[in-house]
Amino acid sequence: MAGSYDRALTVFSPDGHLFQVDYALEAVRKGSCAVGVRGADVVVLGVEKKSVLKLQDERTVKKICMLDEHVCLAFAGLSADARVLINKARIECQSHRLTVEDSVSIEYITRYIAGVQQKYTQSGGVRPFGISTLIMGFDSDKVPKLYQTDPSGVYSAWKANSIGRSSKTVREFLEKNYKEDMNKAESIKLAIRSLLEVVQTGAKNIEIAIMGSDSIVQRLELAEIEAVVAEIEAENEKEKEKSKPSASQ
Amino acid sequence: MDTLVSKYANSASSASFDDADNLGQNMVGWDAASQFALPAFDIPMVANPVDFLRAHTDASAENRIRIQHGTTTLAFKFQGGIVVAVDSRASGGSYIASQTVKKVIEINPYLLGTMAGGAADCQYWERELGRRCRLYELRNKERISVAAASKILSNMVYDYKGMGLSMGTMITGWDKTGPQLFYVDSDGTRMRGERFSVGSGSTFAYGVLDTGYDFNLSVPDALELGRRAIYHATHRDAYSGGSVNVFHVKETGWVFHGNFDVNDLHWEYQAQPKGPIV
Repeated sequence: MAGSYDRALTVFSPDGHLFQVDYALEAVRKGSCAVGVRGADVVVLGVEKKSVLKLQDERTVKKICMLDEHVCLAFAGLSADARVLINKARIECQSHRLTVEDSVSIEYITRYIAGVQQKYTQSGGVRPFGISTLIMGFDSDKVPKLYQTDPSGVYSAWKANSIGRSSKTVREFLEKNYKEDMNKAESIKLAIRSLLEVVQTGAKNIEIAIMGSDSIVQRLELAEIEAVVAEIEAENEKEKEKSKPSASQ
Repeated sequence: MDTLVSKYANSASSASFDDADNLGQNMVGWDAASQFALPAFDIPMVANPVDFLRAHTDASAENRIRIQHGTTTLAFKFQGGIVVAVDSRASGGSYIASQTVKKVIEINPYLLGTMAGGAADCQYWERELGRRCRLYELRNKERISVAAASKILSNMVYDYKGMGLSMGTMITGWDKTGPQLFYVDSDGTRMRGERFSVGSGSTFAYGVLDTGYDFNLSVPDALELGRRAIYHATHRDAYSGGSVNVFHVKETGWVFHGNFDVNDLHWEYQAQPKGPIV
C-alpha cells in the first residue's frame, strides 16, 4: 500500500497522505516523553530523562532548552534534529529583537518553528524534522502560554499536552485530571503524576522546568522532585487503602 | 548596497543564515529577516549606482542634476501626547510646484509619518511602511509598535544609502509603551526623541518651538505652539509656505486639528501684542 509513495517527500499518496511526514511522527513516538501543563499563572514542562550512562557527563544532556530568556522548549524525537531546529529558533528570537526592538511572543516563535517544519515537508532533497515540540512561556500580557508543534508543521495552543513515548496514555491521564486555574504546586504535581505513568524508575529520570509570570525559568532540583513523588505515592497508597473493601462489615 | 547587487547576481535568496535554507525561493516573508526585507526593485543597470549618482550630482559635474527639497515639519511630545505640525509647500528650485501638499502621511489610525525631502521618496516609502505595518497586524494580531515601524523604515532605506534617496521623516504614534517619536532619514539615522524639527525651515521653527516649549502645556496651547513655529518658519524660509496642518496624537489615535493658511496666520499674529521673551 505504502509502496512507491513513501520514498519521495513531495509526492502525495492516492489517499492524501504524505508518508514521510507520517513516518516522522512515528519517529516522534519513539522519543522520550515530554509533558506540558498550563496553570493559572504558571507553565510547567516535564521530560522523561533517559538514564545517564555511567561515563556520560549529565550536564550535556539537556532536554529542556531556552530559546530566549522568556521562552522554553521541550521536544520528543530525534535529538540531532532538535538541536538544529532549536538553533534556528534561537537565531530567529534574536533577529526579531533586532528588527522589531522587542522580544518574540510565544505564538510568534511557535509559528516560526512550525513554519520551518512545514518548509521541510514541501521541498526536494530533504526530509522532515523528526521532532514534536512543546513551547512555553509568558508574553508581556502575563498570560501563560503552551504550544505544540509537530513534523507536519501544524501548531496549536494547549492547556496540557504530552508528546513522545506513550503520549496517548499520558494525554488521557491529563484529560481526566486537569483542572482549570491550578496554582503552581498543583500544576507541578499534575505534570509529575502524568510523567510517572510512563517513567517507572521515579524521580531521578524526571526533569521539570517551571516558568511564572516573571518569565524566569526555575528548574527543580532532584530533591524537590523526589519530595513531590513521595507525596504522590503517599496519596496513591491512601487511595488504595480506601478502595480496599473494609475488613469488617 | 552589496546586498542589493548580490541579490540580482544570484537567484532570490534572502538574508538566510544557512545554505540549507535556500529551499523554495517563494518562501519569503515568514521570518523576521525576510518579512521586513526590501521590496524587489529594478536598480539602474550600472556597475555602481552610488558612484554613478555622485558623478551626476556633484557640484563639479557638468549639467549636474539638482535635487531640491524644502520643507518645515515638526513634532514634539508633551503631557497630552504628541503634536505634529507641517507646512504644505512643494518647491522645485525657485518654482513653487504646490501650496497644498499633504506632508503628514496617515500610516494607520494611530501612526503618523511626516515628509521632508524628496516628496516622491517620502510618499512611496511611507506607503510601503503602511503596507508592512498592516501585514504585521494581520500576522501577529496586534498593532505594531512605533519603534518597530520606524526600524522597518530605516532598514528599508538603508539598503539604498548613497543612491540619492532624500527623506527626513518623523514616525510618531501611541503604542503599548506610550507616546513615541522617532526621526528617520535616508542616511540611515534613526533616533528616538522628545522634540524634532526637520527641513530647510527647521532652524526657524526650532527657535520658536524651543522658546515656547513646556512639557505641561495644555492641548490647545501645544497646538498653538506648533502652529506658530511652522508659521515663523514659512515667514523666513523661501522653501516653506502654503498652509499649516496640525495633528494631535492621543492614546486613542491621531486627530486632525485643521489646516491654517499662513497668510491669515500672519495678519492674526501681527495684530497681537508681542509678549516678553525673557
